[in-house]
Amino acid sequence: MTRLVVGPFNRVEGDLELTLDVADGAVAAARVSAPLFRGFERILVGRPPEDALAIVPRICGICSVSQSMAAAAALRAAMGVTPPPNGGLAADLAHAAENIADHLSHFYLFFMPDFCRAEYAGRPWFEAITARFKAVEGSAAGDLLPARARLLHVVGILAGKWPHALAFRPGGTTRAVDLGETMRLVATVAQLRRFLERTLFAAPLDAVAALADPAALNAFAEASSSRGGDFAAFLRIAGDLDLQSLGRGTTALMSYGAYRGGGEPLFRAGVFDPATGEVRPVAGADIREDTSSAWLAGGPAHPAEADTHPAPDKPGAYGWSKAPRLAGEPVEVGALARQVVDGLPLARALIDGGGSNVLARVVARLVEVARVALAMERWVGALDPGQPFSTAAPPVSDAAADGLVEAARGSLGHWITIQDGEIARYQIISPTTWNFSPRDSAGVPGPLEQALVGTAVGERGAGAAAIQHVVRSFDPCMVCTAH
Amino acid sequence: MAGRTFEVLWLQAAGCGGCTMALLDRDAGLFDELRALGIRLLWHPSFSEETGSAVVDLLAAIERGERPLDALLIEGAVLRGPHGTGLAQRLAGTGRTMLEIVRALAPRAGCCVAVGSCAAYGGVSAASPDPMEATGLQFEKDFFGGLLGSDFRSRNGLPVVNIAGCAPHSGWVVETLTALAAGALDADGLDAHGRPRFFADHLAHHGCSRNEFYEYKASATAAGERGCLMEHLGCKATQSVGDCNQRSWSGGGGCTHAGYACIACTSPGFEDIRGFTTTPKVAGIPVGLPLDMPKAWFIALAALSKSATPRRVRDNASADRTVVPPRGAPPGGGAG
Repeated sequence: MTRLVVGPFNRVEGDLELTLDVADGAVAAARVSAPLFRGFERILVGRPPEDALAIVPRICGICSVSQSMAAAAALRAAMGVTPPPNGGLAADLAHAAENIADHLSHFYLFFMPDFCRAEYAGRPWFEAITARFKAVEGSAAGDLLPARARLLHVVGILAGKWPHALAFRPGGTTRAVDLGETMRLVATVAQLRRFLERTLFAAPLDAVAALADPAALNAFAEASSSRGGDFAAFLRIAGDLDLQSLGRGTTALMSYGAYRGGGEPLFRAGVFDPATGEVRPVAGADIREDTSSAWLAGGPAHPAEADTHPAPDKPGAYGWSKAPRLAGEPVEVGALARQVVDGLPLARALIDGGGSNVLARVVARLVEVARVALAMERWVGALDPGQPFSTAAPPVSDAAADGLVEAARGSLGHWITIQDGEIARYQIISPTTWNFSPRDSAGVPGPLEQALVGTAVGERGAGAAAIQHVVRSFDPCMVCTAH
Repeated sequence: MAGRTFEVLWLQAAGCGGCTMALLDRDAGLFDELRALGIRLLWHPSFSEETGSAVVDLLAAIERGERPLDALLIEGAVLRGPHGTGLAQRLAGTGRTMLEIVRALAPRAGCCVAVGSCAAYGGVSAASPDPMEATGLQFEKDFFGGLLGSDFRSRNGLPVVNIAGCAPHSGWVVETLTALAAGALDADGLDAHGRPRFFADHLAHHGCSRNEFYEYKASATAAGERGCLMEHLGCKATQSVGDCNQRSWSGGGGCTHAGYACIACTSPGFEDIRGFTTTPKVAGIPVGLPLDMPKAWFIALAALSKSATPRRVRDNASADRTVVPPRGAPPGGGAG
């Protein structure tokens, strides 16, 4: 048995450290550590409730709108207001733009460059993939970055800027866009479709959203080999390296339900049990955060009753992240969970038998891009520039509420308690807190820690690309994890 | 920019990564632009291929002075907590705190740049009660000194260059780096808080699309209304530096254009505002008045302009869109 420490771990949001026990050339046990703690849950206490809208986006620069949406949802529940239809649509559009930008950043900037590592020299695809995806230097970033910047004009037009806008409020959004700005949104969403259909998919969005099973996916990959497309290039690598067998996860998959601006969510909420193939409702009352392996004091508690107190000398702890559990069990969240819970046949088929995996996580993320881009076109069409975007929200002096949303990386929850017009308690569980949770009091590892077990590292040890693929397939956001 | 490249190392201390994300808001694509400018990222945590031991080796070579470094760019505050240990942030794989690493690397860099208000002054990471004892590189909130001390100067003789903002405009970052690479930024180019004057010699108020409402003190009273945000809704644009309203943010118009207050994010200590979107008042008069305006004059002018407010401006101020359009000049431009 050899113990390896991996870090700094880059091309993720933030930093993380892995400790791997390796035996017979494969990972026998893994521990993941969140090395940064800023203390947002302490910073929020004592402030006026609406000040959360200025503070929480700054938890995370890559999922800033998601943090705003969770706080706005919690305050909305506390105040009992409902935004007018335009406000819900505008917030969903901005949120969708951020989420698609994040998915694209993950694929092009964070995940694909690992296939350009020297370890893969000699593979038939290596030279073409290196020319395309080499970090910073490859041609793909030159295509992606201008397209991504244009996509985020959606947030600029509707909310002033990205990241860290103060436009997302309990009563709606603060900018009533006029007809001209609405037409700019039409143009921006059309440019997104053009990038996706020419560069990422080399196929119509509808065709990507309709891919029904692994056979259709294979046919898509092979048919695209002549006409190009970065998605198909990935699929061919995934076949060669058998990424469907890598990074297996067997926990339940959870989604709080996504894009609720129009009432019914675009992607429904639920918990998918891989053993039975059934979806049950999310029982929020069954969420606990366990601090056994965190440098934090306190026992397991529901986030509406929990607190956050550093205990840096705590024996046995190995990071700043708490370990959230749903009815005592770890769960995996993210685009794959959202699509599986929503019932997308392709997503269900890709985890059938062996559980979640690197291929399924990446495919679900990109198919979700196609599905959300199509929804954005409908939402822009539904905006009514003659109608209001926000409604008055009354001040609130005493309340307890939660705001549960889906960020790009998965389920994000804020729990707020307001007393005498001030925030008395504020707790946050971010997607990567679920996915990269440490061990709990029963010694049960978190989803990533489980998914790494069995990964073959061979003679490369800590430097094996397989480790990089498994970790990055979750698209971790470490600044959110311990916040 | 033929010839030598300007080599920069970017490290993320205690922040949200938003400064990096904001930097990607470049029409031409950031990487192509930096290449054209001759600026090379020796390593950036979000973009570079190198990971793990390759990074540890690079940092060690810089620290020993074997690898020259033109600029050290720090994003995020430096955490000294808990209890002065710095253990609130370790760099993974090194067993060392970011506190120790930044202190060790700063003297080796040609220049030190704080990207964003956290690295500059502590920012939101230092927000009250400042749980992890955060500081900026050379300021702790409004106090000169910070992590590196008031005597610190980079090898090029400059104090820490503070690209304040939460997050800063991508142009502020790219233009500052371009100026540093060209040797065009000297101490006179920085204001008293270390901010490059090319953006800090303006007020965020300059160019605000609500200027006519400001002139007449026709104020919005609720989020979403078109009027001036200063009197009731917390806007600090008349007291905060930055050419914010003279630039495009994410292809849109920026904070005040989008209907919410300037929260003074380029200023030390902005994170400790209570009531970001509510204007504190004493006897009905806003406490925070424009930086260099005598209070009595402001009150007199406000009273005068309020009494002269046209109905168009007054009615539009309390609506979420223009309800009374301006009457245009007659066709042909002439009278009659």
